[in-house]
Amino acid sequence: MNPLTERSGTTDIPLVQLLTPDGRRVPHPEYAFDGDRADVEALYRDLVMTRRVDTEAFALQRHGELGLWAPALGQEAAQVGSARAMRPHDFAFPTYRDHGVAWCRGVDPSLLLGVYRGSELGGWDPADHQLALPNIIIGAQTLHATGYGMGLTLEGLVGTGDPDRDSAVIAYFGDGATSQGDVSEALDWAAVYQAPVVFFCENNHYAISAPVTTQTHVPIAQRASGFGLPAVRVDGNDVLACLAVTEQALQRARDGQGPTLIEAVTYRMGAHTTSDDPSRYRESAEVEEWRAKDPVDRVRLLLEAEGSPPEFFAALQAEADALGVHLRDACGRIPDPDLAELFDHVFVDKTVENQQQQADCTAWRDATEGSVA
Amino acid sequence: MTRMSMVKALNSGIRLAMERDPKVLVMGEDVGRLGGVFRVTEGLQKDFGSGRVMDTPLAESAIVGTAVGLTFRGFRPVVEIQFDGFVYPAYDQIVSQVAKLHFRSRGSVRMPIVIRIPYGGGIGAVEHHSESPEAQFAMTAGLKVVSCADPQDAHWMIQQAIASDDPVVFMEPKRRYWETGEVDTDAEPLPLWSSRIVRPGQDATLITYGPMVKTCLASATAAEADGLDLEVIDLRTLSPLDLAPVVESVRRTGHAVVVHEAARTLGLGAEIAARITEECFYSLESPVQRVTGYDMPYPPSRAEDEFLPGLDRILDAVDRARAY
Repeated sequence: MNPLTERSGTTDIPLVQLLTPDGRRVPHPEYAFDGDRADVEALYRDLVMTRRVDTEAFALQRHGELGLWAPALGQEAAQVGSARAMRPHDFAFPTYRDHGVAWCRGVDPSLLLGVYRGSELGGWDPADHQLALPNIIIGAQTLHATGYGMGLTLEGLVGTGDPDRDSAVIAYFGDGATSQGDVSEALDWAAVYQAPVVFFCENNHYAISAPVTTQTHVPIAQRASGFGLPAVRVDGNDVLACLAVTEQALQRARDGQGPTLIEAVTYRMGAHTTSDDPSRYRESAEVEEWRAKDPVDRVRLLLEAEGSPPEFFAALQAEADALGVHLRDACGRIPDPDLAELFDHVFVDKTVENQQQQADCTAWRDATEGSVA
Repeated sequence: MTRMSMVKALNSGIRLAMERDPKVLVMGEDVGRLGGVFRVTEGLQKDFGSGRVMDTPLAESAIVGTAVGLTFRGFRPVVEIQFDGFVYPAYDQIVSQVAKLHFRSRGSVRMPIVIRIPYGGGIGAVEHHSESPEAQFAMTAGLKVVSCADPQDAHWMIQQAIASDDPVVFMEPKRRYWETGEVDTDAEPLPLWSSRIVRPGQDATLITYGPMVKTCLASATAAEADGLDLEVIDLRTLSPLDLAPVVESVRRTGHAVVVHEAARTLGLGAEIAARITEECFYSLESPVQRVTGYDMPYPPSRAEDEFLPGLDRILDAVDRARAY
């Protein structure tokens, strides 16, 4: 084998699974979902609403209302399960694809659209939702999460035994990010400082066209031991399992027992972004194989078997439809950015140069209003 | 002569370089099977194999750092940084290693690496996909930096850059990728380290490069209606600068306007203005004008038309110079 041109596949490490693709609950020796049917219904609602955000945003891009969209399709369970494991005072650093995390943190999904419309670079104040702005620079946020965790330790918000006080942070990233030096540095630092960080890797199998075997010679979860972190590999399309493993990892972190790496094995059902054409680099048979493991369908099957009434599903459908209307309506009303106003945000203390350029920018606009083609 | 897009012209240039020299390698994210997100390397992996056209892990520092190591085995890596805003993880390798190893070794080590960077705005992209970091490399001693502006130059300059025994940061104006132009694949090309008058004129000199060449040419055409005859110079090489044609031109016209997308402060325009002042002081009839992006991080794309230099701002600068 020529190692420069061929790479071995990742070997199998058992996945934690609590809900099979055909909707059956299965026991696990270490992890359990102890919620009732209402709790599952709540998770199902998160999954359905996240998918609706994705579907609507995709359509808005196709209608020219958004310049781009990065679909979360297929990764809803990983995002919802992990984010619902957080307490309100925990914090998370997401990627540009983690729309389900934003949903669970109470972000109005219409705020996700501004970045993709070209109207915004952010969307919300991180402090309002205990959620950082999504990062496009691959893996950079894992170091931010590590620093945040170090801060929690310094402030005495870890391991006090007070559930209202003890806090942790989740770093979201993908399989591609694991190749970036920043991510290895984050894993190392978090272990060295025993920072209360949960590294939640959504292994969706592709970084644009590059399969995960291009990124790593071993399963991603196996990386952790070299840095001195425990790791767990979870069925990323199983919302119950994602919730259970993340809850346990967050609790370890809050208790002062240090960081954990979670590899959620999922699949990017859509394109990398609306600019991408995945048919150029992957087989449709592979996509179909994963379609059979859909993260939303399996919860519906479970709920139907456990007796959720048709009214529940109908009401949820109506709620999703209303969300769709809200997104379409809100998207059209997102104001265009005001370039001159943006000078207000370059620095806390605006420089003389920025003031001058802001004045120039405004004067130029006033002078040419209506005359610029 | 063949009509082709800049993407196709770059592709054909890289292909010719690979056919000519088996030590030329292509490396980067998605450059193989996908052919690059802009398709610049399309078909190369199929024809040259995955050993010479490598889909790398997602790690820009590693892409450049391993390219350095490959040069020690005589390879000539042509690496792609997927977007301008993704180059910074590789900045350390570029500035501390690529730029310095020849110097440190007193000339015994050569770094024949080409770092291709699709750059600039105007395509309605999300954050980190529209930046113009050329000055950050041009100010680094030990790096050469060029930017093509049309398919003809793209075809030839990429081959010349690959043939260079010095490291070259090759800035590709992505908003011009899909525009077509005539490419003469036989003619003796212009030397790489030379700027070029792309439109002769006598009333003022527009000095630019990369994506703004077309914008300046359009400005000159528009100015004709006002009876103004503008000269446009495409710098092509940003480090080293070839300012002889600029100096000659400004001594004739008396007015100089530098245009680039990158922010104003310490952009290429600052150096060019200083050099023009040094060389043309007694010929200047007005201070050198700069038309540039503003000193702010690249704005959301819906504000980019106002952020980027356009025809009106360029002609306004010409008017200000001439009215001085």
